[in-house]
Amino acid sequence: MRNQNYVMRDPTAEISPVLRERLAPGKDLSKATIGLLSISKERSDEFLDAVAKNLSDQGLNVLRFQKPTYTRPAPEAIIQEMVERCDVAVVGLAD
Amino acid sequence: MEFLVVVKRDCETCQMVGPVLAGLKEALPLTLYSQDDPAFPEEAGGARDDRGLEESWRRKIEVVPTVIRIEDGEEIERTEGWDRNEWQRITGQGDLGAGLPDFKPGCGSRSVEPGMPERLSLQFGGMHLVARAIEVAEMEDPMEIAYDRGWTDGLPTVPPTDLRIARMLSGTTRKPDEIIGLIPPNLAECSIEKVAISAVMAGCRPEYMPVVLAVVEAALKPEFSMHGLLATLGFAGPVVIVNGPITKRIGMNSKGNALGQGNRANASIGRTLQLLIRNMGGGIPQEIDRSVLGNPGKYTFCFAEDEDDEDWVPLNVARGATPGTSSVTLFHGDGVQGCVAWHSRTPEDVSRSLAMSLLSVCHPKVCEWSKALLVLCPDHYKIFQQNGWGRPEIEAALRDALKRPGRELIRGAQGVPEGIDPARADEIVDKFHEEDGLLVVRAGGKGAGQSAIIGGWPAQRRVEEIKIVSQEVGI
Repeated sequence: MRNQNYVMRDPTAEISPVLRERLAPGKDLSKATIGLLSISKERSDEFLDAVAKNLSDQGLNVLRFQKPTYTRPAPEAIIQEMVERCDVAVVGLAD
Repeated sequence: MEFLVVVKRDCETCQMVGPVLAGLKEALPLTLYSQDDPAFPEEAGGARDDRGLEESWRRKIEVVPTVIRIEDGEEIERTEGWDRNEWQRITGQGDLGAGLPDFKPGCGSRSVEPGMPERLSLQFGGMHLVARAIEVAEMEDPMEIAYDRGWTDGLPTVPPTDLRIARMLSGTTRKPDEIIGLIPPNLAECSIEKVAISAVMAGCRPEYMPVVLAVVEAALKPEFSMHGLLATLGFAGPVVIVNGPITKRIGMNSKGNALGQGNRANASIGRTLQLLIRNMGGGIPQEIDRSVLGNPGKYTFCFAEDEDDEDWVPLNVARGATPGTSSVTLFHGDGVQGCVAWHSRTPEDVSRSLAMSLLSVCHPKVCEWSKALLVLCPDHYKIFQQNGWGRPEIEAALRDALKRPGRELIRGAQGVPEGIDPARADEIVDKFHEEDGLLVVRAGGKGAGQSAIIGGWPAQRRVEEIKIVSQEVGI
């Protein structure tokens, strides 16, 4: 694909910014399921264990997920499982 | 006085007149431009380089060779191809081209090759697009960007690049910055350029643009209530019926599978309106589009009426258009419900069967709410036609067959709470409103007696506020 100088024209009424807006954070987490994703970096488990305990102590529902390796993007199956089961995702990105 | 001549090597006539041009260049203030090779014509010592075609575009050259006489910077006259008398008259030189034939037509200018006028117009400033530019980075896929930005209806869209938009705009005489109206639900001001962008994305060809523009204009008529149709809980969306000679000129389908997939014009014209409503108007499902279930026609629902039978009065003519003109009619329609009636042999048989199926529109016991669009198939129509029935007879017979005793239809009757006002128990009740309550059009392929019923939108019961609309196709 040759994308050099490839420009499209906006088909919308141009009332939103050029860059996509991020989703607003959910306001009420009391009934949300929170997924914690470890990217398998050294000692990330220790950090995410603490986060999980903190959230669980508040009575929140926490699920844990783990990428096989931080050197590759997450497998589609893990992303889909998180989308299916979680309302909120927290990713431990680095040590 | 000066002269300008545009040639190209890839043209036998230009090659033939090379020696003539050499002579003229010596005798006159003459500038030569070559569209493909500045070394040509060798006899005249070459030409100015117009491989970029800017001079050809600015001079609106259509044929090579073209000879232009200029005075005080203004073009006075021109001749195209080789015509000895014309060349002699324009240049004032005698005895040109001894030994050559008197006349030899030229070749097409490179500046008018397909797609080239739009490319040159963008390049040299003839056309200015003002819609916001969205840059696509080296590794990005423009199709995926359209999805990420929410621009699509779920199916892929054609990326709206400047060249594609410019070609789309070449399909209309209307200016890109003209405002066609306010697109609901957000009432966004919509230019012809924005319509062209949606037409590109939907897959239109430039020659569909007059129909697309008529569809948009019809949808924006207040009495069509596009806003309400988008926001409704109901199934309905805009159904477009196209009539007149334009349908054949742009290759629309009015025959087999006319309501289905497979024809580019049918598919992309209807889709353009839906993409405009989505992208310009902000009509997003589960947001302002509150439809409980929707229907597949909300991707696109557009077809041509079959007007090949001279006995038949087409829909647009029945609604007041001059015969032979092209127009679009927009109906607020649900999906397709079939009426399979294979055993009917007389016009009375067919009309009774069709009416029985039509009674279920909206709800079998509800009357004068939703309107209906009946798409009469060729096998059913043939039975009517062979018995001398045309549009008036068919409509009258259906109207008669759609009358029922109110007693059977009042709320609670037949153990069903839906129904009409109990006060009408002693009336004979029509299924549809008299005016525009039932539209009849012809389309489809031969082979079986099965016509299509497209139920309408319950809001059509507000007959003074919600109307079926038509719009003539312009240029």
